[in-house]
Amino acid sequence: MVNFNDSKITVENLNFYYGKVQALFDINMKISEKKVTALIGPSGCGKSTFLRMFNRMNDIIDGTHHTGSVLIDNRDIYKDGIDIVALRKKVGMVFQKSNPFPKSVFDNAAYGPRIHGVKDKANLYEIVEKSLKDAAIWNEVKDRLDENAMGLSGGQQQRLCIARALAVEPEILLMDEPASALDPKSTARIEDLIGTLKQKYTIIIVTHNMQQASRVSDYTAFFYEGKLIEYDYTDKIFRNPEIKQTEDYITGRFG
Amino acid sequence: MSIAASASIIIVFLIFIFLLKEAIPFISNPGLNELFSSNWIPVSFQKEQFGIYPLISGSVLVTVIATVLLIPFGVIAAVYISEIALGFEKEILKPFIEILAGIPSVVIGFFGLVVLSPIIKGLFNLNTGLTALTGAVLLALMAIPTVITISEDAIRSVPKSYKEASLALGASRLQTIFRITVPAALPGIIAAIMLGMGRVIGETMVVLMVTGNAAKISWNPFDSVRTMTATIAAEMGEVAIGSTHYSALFWVGIILMIITFGLNIVAQKVLKKYQMR
Repeated sequence: MVNFNDSKITVENLNFYYGKVQALFDINMKISEKKVTALIGPSGCGKSTFLRMFNRMNDIIDGTHHTGSVLIDNRDIYKDGIDIVALRKKVGMVFQKSNPFPKSVFDNAAYGPRIHGVKDKANLYEIVEKSLKDAAIWNEVKDRLDENAMGLSGGQQQRLCIARALAVEPEILLMDEPASALDPKSTARIEDLIGTLKQKYTIIIVTHNMQQASRVSDYTAFFYEGKLIEYDYTDKIFRNPEIKQTEDYITGRFG
Repeated sequence: MSIAASASIIIVFLIFIFLLKEAIPFISNPGLNELFSSNWIPVSFQKEQFGIYPLISGSVLVTVIATVLLIPFGVIAAVYISEIALGFEKEILKPFIEILAGIPSVVIGFFGLVVLSPIIKGLFNLNTGLTALTGAVLLALMAIPTVITISEDAIRSVPKSYKEASLALGASRLQTIFRITVPAALPGIIAAIMLGMGRVIGETMVVLMVTGNAAKISWNPFDSVRTMTATIAAEMGEVAIGSTHYSALFWVGIILMIITFGLNIVAQKVLKKYQMR
């Protein structure tokens, strides 16, 4: 397994429970900065649950608890007294189904900065323009910033959601199957975008799509039934996995 | 089954036709102009007058005050119940709101007469506690379950994904509620308020008991007023059938029906548009 000396995220002995049902089992994992790490595995293997640990989105589900720790920049994000607002500003998230707010394109991108206290109009416009450019959607929407975001195509909506996440200047970007509901062309655009974004952001992406994981990621972690089975360079995982289960999944024998 | 279903439509039409039939004699004598004047003096030794402006102003004043009370209380309560309240709080609150909806209006009116009106009289140092404000407070109380229940439905049907997106951007729960959830539910909330208003404007017993029944044009919440509904209820019993006064009361009924109809239709339209999205 890979091990980094200078990891952005360190997960230690993590167990997670929905009520009495255990969803994650004793996970230890380090995630490298400014790289793309893909989490793969069959449905219900816990990869999305694991992803939602990093911005504490599991907190909003009643009756969940965990043991072990998740460290970002060597600070335990589950320690008492941690500022969740600051955490979520630092760790952005893009969801499986594009979920722009029923507001204008501009207001969508400006939502995060406004929440965090940016009031100045010129400043706000600058942030919006920059994040829309970074999400490779600026050229398509620059003349329709005042239109409702619900009128955009599915692929555009998803890139707008990425722009919305980028607008609060996160360091880490969590992506939960960001292209699973999109057509191949839109998917390709999102994948290109991920390639550019990793220069600035640490990206963790959950995906069902094996080709996608091999195309976009530097490292791949294979999850099965809540356990981390194998974690290595993407090349290694896809060419020469060490564990039989990983090989079976990747070659499509189950899952 | 189709007969049962269409019965209500037929009945509404029959009511309207009957109202019109009884109201028509007024057109030829003394003429519709008589309605649009500012004195309602149906019984007089000199000249009877049937101006409905004071009655409309009474209804509008009471409805406006009640709505001003309804909006903050109804909407905030709906937000609280659907977004903030814990499970056991909901289990206590919701049955009480349903009970409130089920209290007979005459009981609320009696409560207003005996408890609320002396309080208002003392609080604002008035000659009488039977004012538009007294009626409006009680009407708001009666309509609030409607507003809460329908607003709550609207708030609860806002997709969870909006809230998640907002929280994931670092918004607090309150910021998420007021910047995302409530705006997204706004059409439903507006429809809820309009249905509540329809309830208020059509309510009779409470206003008859506590608003003082003075038919004069006034926009002061501390004045006694007389609403359209109270006028019909109070006078229909003693009027000579077929007289001008009788026919005038039917005109009041027609106008009231048109107003409530309008409110309901607009509310339904807003709700429908909202469900399409």
